[in-house]
Amino acid sequence: MNINFLEFEQPIAELEAKIEELRLVGDDNEINIGEEIARLEAKSRTLTEQIFSNLSPWQVSQLARHPQRPYTLDYLERIFTDFQELHGDRAFADDRAIVGGLARLDGRPVMVIGHQKGRDTREKVQRNFGMPRPEGYRKAMRLMQMAERFGLPVLTFIDTPGAYPGVGAEERGQSEAIARNLFVMAGLKTPIVCTVIGEGGSGGALAIGVGDRVMMLQYSTYSVISPEGCASILWKSAEKAPEAAEAMGITAERLRELGLVDEVIPEPLGGAHRDVDAIAQSLKFALKEALERLDSVPPDKLLDSRYQRLMGFGIYNQ
Amino acid sequence: MTWFKKLMPSRIRTEGGGGKRTVPEGLWTKCDACGAILYRSELERNLDVCPKCDHHMRIGARRRLEQFLDESPREEIGAELEPVDTLKFRDSKKYKDRLVQAQKKTGEKDALLAMEGRLKGRPLVACAFEFGFMGGSMGSVVGEKFVRAVNVCLDKGVPLVCFSASGGARMQEALLSLMQMAKTSAALNRLSRRGIPFVSVLTDPTMGGVSASLAMLGDINVAEPNALIGFAGPRVIEQTVRETLPEGFQRSEFLLEHGAIDMIVDRRDMRDRIASLLSMLTRQPSP
Repeated sequence: MNINFLEFEQPIAELEAKIEELRLVGDDNEINIGEEIARLEAKSRTLTEQIFSNLSPWQVSQLARHPQRPYTLDYLERIFTDFQELHGDRAFADDRAIVGGLARLDGRPVMVIGHQKGRDTREKVQRNFGMPRPEGYRKAMRLMQMAERFGLPVLTFIDTPGAYPGVGAEERGQSEAIARNLFVMAGLKTPIVCTVIGEGGSGGALAIGVGDRVMMLQYSTYSVISPEGCASILWKSAEKAPEAAEAMGITAERLRELGLVDEVIPEPLGGAHRDVDAIAQSLKFALKEALERLDSVPPDKLLDSRYQRLMGFGIYNQ
Repeated sequence: MTWFKKLMPSRIRTEGGGGKRTVPEGLWTKCDACGAILYRSELERNLDVCPKCDHHMRIGARRRLEQFLDESPREEIGAELEPVDTLKFRDSKKYKDRLVQAQKKTGEKDALLAMEGRLKGRPLVACAFEFGFMGGSMGSVVGEKFVRAVNVCLDKGVPLVCFSASGGARMQEALLSLMQMAKTSAALNRLSRRGIPFVSVLTDPTMGGVSASLAMLGDINVAEPNALIGFAGPRVIEQTVRETLPEGFQRSEFLLEHGAIDMIVDRRDMRDRIASLLSMLTRQPSP
């Protein structure tokens, strides 16, 4: 089994391995097998298209957590220039599960804030697997308020399994830190654009997710609780996660239909990690478009329509 | 479960009632904390606080507001709001059936009750979570009703008091529930900008999405004694850090020590203390 491919992608992995083998043979023997390779490549593409046209919510959530999926810093590098990271909440610590700082988007200064997961074991631990503690949210709030003071738009990137459930986090007020961010973001007098790039895990995601425009990458997810968490509470078994993922409707397209997300950004065939430059280009385009749209809105009107947007959430009878 | 209960369709079956209780309801009741057998009407006079050990028992939303508000006038806010199963959510049971059951069990349409009334003669809006209704979980109706309560405060310039008791966001409404955290917090932002006070009273238990939104946003955060209050549940934390949690972890006294709440108030002093706080915040003579 090829670990760069998810379980449901294994047929693609097998084809790719065959193509790779043929290439090696071709190099050795100088026999023209280009035709065969081209045939297999076409087959691989068709197969990928086929598999990806019909993904279940559970498969999408595996893609959203793919070990090679691009993280906030991967996008920062490709979309922005002049990034200068700003650290710390000025009270307790610098939480590395959230990165933030000043950067330029095609020359225009902006404040960028995002969850950050680690790539290798060491970094994963440093970044606490992308699960922020209160100081992370308070750093984010500090940077947002700074952006407001200096008239800079805020761009956030959401990618977390959730806020960290630990003793210290509770002692330092995880609840209050999240609540305060929701409160502050609702009234921040500068445009906010939020994009879910991977896992949108519950309150830990929403704490940097209140904005004027909320976008999701095609294979990202956003949910009130992880499928595993939901399954272990309601089905009494974490193994029912696929059912829970289905029931909660955690995919971008479903959430756009429900009116909770404004825009879905299509990913390259096979997912964002198959072509990071391409997805970064699409994301950059979407961010610029969102900002241009918000630029034309006067500040008090901006807050008002953000408020109306939030008040519109919810479905009930009366 | 008896054969008769099994025969009943799940929709009309109610859970939790009877069974475990050894004392017939109505006359005697047993304190969960000290085990003392208490005379029901005496306990009620004592606002469901055990006279022997001062344990604060969980109480329903309607009883809570009846204890807290002046007898009249009282007017319910958003009583017409009813939950909808938008996602056709189904786990071991349908959400629709869970709703019907919870409504039968509690007599409420959803997990929040809001009322316009008076406290020691001064007008205010008070709301209370009904923990018996699917663990006081917050979905679309709870969020909308809370916002309407805030809107009455904005219209009339009166303070808001909220008694929370909730396990968090309601999973059966999925992301719609999560968004209620943003919705209620945004409404509180408006209230705050208008300089109208909000006192949040955290009661046992206040966890997850409710604690991480409206409940922690009081100008003044009050807790009842020994209430469980936090973001992540103790079991989740234990599984994550793989150690047993210290005694009293996530209890009111722990939160007070760590600076998360302003004070712990005994239920029997709640009216006096909150009336006094509100009168000072609104620069009025003492009640």
